[in-house]
Amino acid sequence: MKLGEIATLLNAEVLTGKTRLDEEVVSACGSDMMSDVLAYVKDQAVLLTGLVNPQVIRTAVMMDIHCVVFVRNKRPLPEVLPFAEESGITVMTTALRMYEACGRLYLNGLGRCGE
Amino acid sequence: MGGALRFHFDVDGDNFTSAGEASVEVKRKLRQLGFSPEVIRCVSIAMYEGEINMVIHARGGQADVTVYRDRIEIVLTDHGPGIADIALAMQEGYSTAPDTVHMLGFGAGMGLPNMKRYTDEMEIESTVGVGTTIRMTVLVK
Repeated sequence: MKLGEIATLLNAEVLTGKTRLDEEVVSACGSDMMSDVLAYVKDQAVLLTGLVNPQVIRTAVMMDIHCVVFVRNKRPLPEVLPFAEESGITVMTTALRMYEACGRLYLNGLGRCGE
Repeated sequence: MGGALRFHFDVDGDNFTSAGEASVEVKRKLRQLGFSPEVIRCVSIAMYEGEINMVIHARGGQADVTVYRDRIEIVLTDHGPGIADIALAMQEGYSTAPDTVHMLGFGAGMGLPNMKRYTDEMEIESTVGVGTTIRMTVLVK
């Protein structure tokens, strides 16, 4: 699924990576526990989370996660966004809650991250 | 690459925001050196979890990374409270981290298990009241 399609499905505002919306991701994970993300997420994934501290972006960097979606209209601190941009991570924010955001992506064919 | 390359980092224990900076730096260096994405990922995740642990539990510490052609060694040293029961600490889900750490997305009892999961060898030496040293090796396959 292309990142642009994710933005459309979630009615999300794209905060970084507007030029990378053609990138493909093959799986997704919804979690507020970064250690769980570090344990299970595989390549070319999108992370949905309600956590907004800088460690979310750093976790995404470690896992080569392409895109982070903040749910419930949450936004990271402005100083986090340049780091995300520099690391090639697309950041979006959606008004949807975690459950519905994950559900929309799943229903449209984006599978879970393998274990 | 000729002899081993050594990198030393001081991990600031007072600043959760900066935790992981050393791991990001190691990841960048390994990428420049041309290691495979899988090796880079294993090293950087194991080291990142170690950095987070040092900040949460031990008021910081030191990280030393030595890069050989066939393996990467990571040594994390702290002078924190030590680990009383290492076998228990290695169990997924066991954590002594306070609730304030859970709010930050860590402290789920996955740190040490993740470090083991992503490395080929891992040794923990710890003395209560003195500190902890963790040695990890990722083999280049």
